[in-house]
Amino acid sequence: MGNIVGIGAAPLRKEDRRFVTGRGNYVADIKRPDMTAGVFVRSPHAHAILAGIDKAPALTVPGVVAVFTGEDMKADGVNGLPCGWGITGTDGVPMKEPPYPVMAVGKVRHVGDIVAFVIAETPEAASAGATALAIDYTPLPAVVGVVDALKPGAPKVYDELDDNLCCDWSLGDKAATDAAFQNAAHVAKLSLVNNRLVGNPMEPRAAIGEFNDATGEYTLWSTSQFPHVVRLLMGVFVLNIPQHKLRVVAPDVGGGFGVKQFHYGEEAAVTWAAAKVNRPVKWVADRSEGFTSDRHGRDHVTEAELALDETGKFLGLRVYTLANMGGYLSTFGPNIPTNLYAPLLSGVYTTPAIHCQVKVVFTNTVPVDAYRGAGRPEATFVVERLVDVAAAEMGMDRVAIRRRNMITSDAYPYQTPVLVEYDSGDPAGCLDRSLAAADYEGFPARKAESARNGKLRGIGISTYIEACGLAPSRFAGRLGARGGLYESATLRVHPSGHVTVLIGTHNHGQGHETTFAQIVSDKLGIPFENIDIVFGDTDKVQFGMGTYGSRSLVVGGSALAKASDKIIAKGKKIAAHLLEAAEADIEFVRGDYAVAGTDKKLRFEEIALAAYVPHNYPLEVLEPGLEEQSYYDPVNFTYPGGAHIAEVEIDPETGVVTILNYTAVDDVGTVINPMIVEGQLHGGIVQGIGQAMFENCVYDDTSGQLLSGSFMDYAMPRADRLPPMQVITHSTTCTHTPLGVKGCGEMGTIGSPATIINAVVDALAHLGVTHLDMPASPNRVWRIIQNAALPRAAE
Amino acid sequence: MRIALTLNGRSREADVEPSLLLVDFLRERLNLTGTHVGCDTSQCGACVVMVDGTSVKSCTMLAVSVDGSIVTTIEGVAPNGAAGVLHPMQEAFHQHHGLQCGFCTPGMIMSAIDFANTHDDPTESDVRHWLEGNICRCTGYQNIVAAVLAGTAAMRQATKGAA
Repeated sequence: MGNIVGIGAAPLRKEDRRFVTGRGNYVADIKRPDMTAGVFVRSPHAHAILAGIDKAPALTVPGVVAVFTGEDMKADGVNGLPCGWGITGTDGVPMKEPPYPVMAVGKVRHVGDIVAFVIAETPEAASAGATALAIDYTPLPAVVGVVDALKPGAPKVYDELDDNLCCDWSLGDKAATDAAFQNAAHVAKLSLVNNRLVGNPMEPRAAIGEFNDATGEYTLWSTSQFPHVVRLLMGVFVLNIPQHKLRVVAPDVGGGFGVKQFHYGEEAAVTWAAAKVNRPVKWVADRSEGFTSDRHGRDHVTEAELALDETGKFLGLRVYTLANMGGYLSTFGPNIPTNLYAPLLSGVYTTPAIHCQVKVVFTNTVPVDAYRGAGRPEATFVVERLVDVAAAEMGMDRVAIRRRNMITSDAYPYQTPVLVEYDSGDPAGCLDRSLAAADYEGFPARKAESARNGKLRGIGISTYIEACGLAPSRFAGRLGARGGLYESATLRVHPSGHVTVLIGTHNHGQGHETTFAQIVSDKLGIPFENIDIVFGDTDKVQFGMGTYGSRSLVVGGSALAKASDKIIAKGKKIAAHLLEAAEADIEFVRGDYAVAGTDKKLRFEEIALAAYVPHNYPLEVLEPGLEEQSYYDPVNFTYPGGAHIAEVEIDPETGVVTILNYTAVDDVGTVINPMIVEGQLHGGIVQGIGQAMFENCVYDDTSGQLLSGSFMDYAMPRADRLPPMQVITHSTTCTHTPLGVKGCGEMGTIGSPATIINAVVDALAHLGVTHLDMPASPNRVWRIIQNAALPRAAE
Repeated sequence: MRIALTLNGRSREADVEPSLLLVDFLRERLNLTGTHVGCDTSQCGACVVMVDGTSVKSCTMLAVSVDGSIVTTIEGVAPNGAAGVLHPMQEAFHQHHGLQCGFCTPGMIMSAIDFANTHDDPTESDVRHWLEGNICRCTGYQNIVAAVLAGTAAMRQATKGAA
């Protein structure tokens, strides 16, 4: 018999073998009988009237099976893509919510907007058909930046709206915040840009639609983080397919990071078209297509002010942000820069008054939605940059000013002035450990050594906190969520005692097949290898909201823990019968059901067999079988947090920034598998480093053309530019999740951008630099150094 | 065009169009879907295979150009194709948690095997520079670097053992 591998152990991953041997099963790998290939024709214009499409030239291309347009879908009664969140402005007016057709009708609103779908016998024939299609565009002036989009006379993304403002939203007590600024001894101000990013999971998006005209059943294979939600949104709102006739399968998915947690038009198009041509239709994006159609992330322009008293105590924070939504409202779009941003502006500090205004703005760019961290890295960047600016201006030590304002570990639960109540945490403990681990004391000597080598060395510190484990449904509903945010797990015990878990989260790199098996092994006291995790298929798994917002372990793992408890409880009834004891006298310890105080006991596997072969069984009062299900709706968000420190060295001759080391101390709550937690931190930190150092999604201001549309132009983090990372967990237990877990998927990405930029600014502080926007590219840093060296006019 | 090659230890012949890319030949014609396509500019390295013992990006090579060559894909690296036995580099990626979503992994492993074959006593910096042409979005590379160093040492050990 194998071993129990429980909570806190670090078994190697169950899922690895298929991936290291090339036997993963990604959507692009799937072939269906008589399958056709689909190619989407996309707008080359950022903004244009779609005057007409002549299909005839495409239909004469050998191998082309069909061509469909937005008008065809509209005529067939297909609806637009729904937005999953409806936010309400400060004035009580709901956000503007114009329709988002699957394929453009009348107008295109960004480069990459879908205008037609060409289906052919082969991808080559479909591409040839797409090239042959005659499309009549009348180009219009485009607007890509949020500041420009709000100017009077700016090109209007939607003719039917007064302007490009989707919603003017706010959170916090404005009067109290204004009063705090009245009483301030010092006000630190900062203008910043949170740069637009492209998530770029390594697997491009793909989808296959199939229709069975004998049964009326549709199947969609999709690179999705949440197949049940796609089934719900696409079936109910877009294509009007009954839920029981629609199967959505998300098999192995090659990374998500948020990019694959939306319902995309391509999914609806392949599913709808499969019925029209009555053959399976497969579409696989190439990377360039991903750049112009995957939802982008971030893209804020922000003005922020921090009011302090003369001792450096924070009195109030005022934030004004313009957030880019792109050309359409994506599934979670309006929720990200509002509900997932403003409530995190308290950070780990006791700032008593906070007010945040966010203008959510339409532009002629790819829709913007959640990308790893989603709102929380942006909030952390505002707070932690501003704290450094305040410290510099007031001549205070950066560590001391943070300590002075931190929520103390005995102050939890802590109600912030911006909606959320933190249940647990130890920010000062995280900071102390990070300073020790990074040898903060030794930094001046290292800086001096760098200086001797002609290099500028800087050290950056950032604390952070996030709200994750999305989400308590009732709370989210009050904020505008249009769906539930619980998770479900079914635990199916087989007659042999082996276990299949059916769970509504989706594993696309997070190691769920291992972590969830550890939870069951620990709970039921059965061997780790006797447990398999099933996910990603709506015909197998009951229901689920999928994987995003660091929710899988927090919400899904909680459902699994509760289902395990139900199994244990039913097993006690069976054991009591078999052992001729009172149920209250049965103890369950590591897979043994024992009568307390005796040596009478039965193994879990024996109970399982009895449940399925109920000859000696309390059938009058108990159903046979051993399978239990739990739906878990969290009572609060979880609040992982921590303190990160990085050291950088800048070559003043070239502006090249080298990250020398990175130290992360993180409070993730209970650790189920430390190896996997560390891996999640590594990846998250590097995605944040990517934003801070390399990545930048750039549009041409006038044409609206995407200038960074490939890996040749968009700098992905690569192995040779990254530091060794030291990851330490410093956990407090979450008070409201059954396992005490808090989640760890996004925290690295939330903490690292501010950490890196604080370090770069520190290295350049002697030049009078107080801020620079991301990414800290050699070009940008070199210019700053050069400008600082120029003689001042006044001197 | 008719081509003949040794693929994962077996002789194969095939008729291919001159424009067919090696990666499409492997994936679409032969159903060897372990080799992946992650970009369209030869940047990401998800498609790396071995041709005559050297790692190449199969998205940048025509199928006709492997006529007469020995080609090894991720499906063919394990010794003798025996069930349950991994190549030392595959084992190292598993042991060091050098993969998360698994999409870049086949290309990483193929590239890493070539690295091991061409570096005697490598440093971490050597590995990082070698992997500059393989993009991973999940791991932050730290565990991949550790896996490549360990896999390289294990391959060296295996060679010594065989000698």
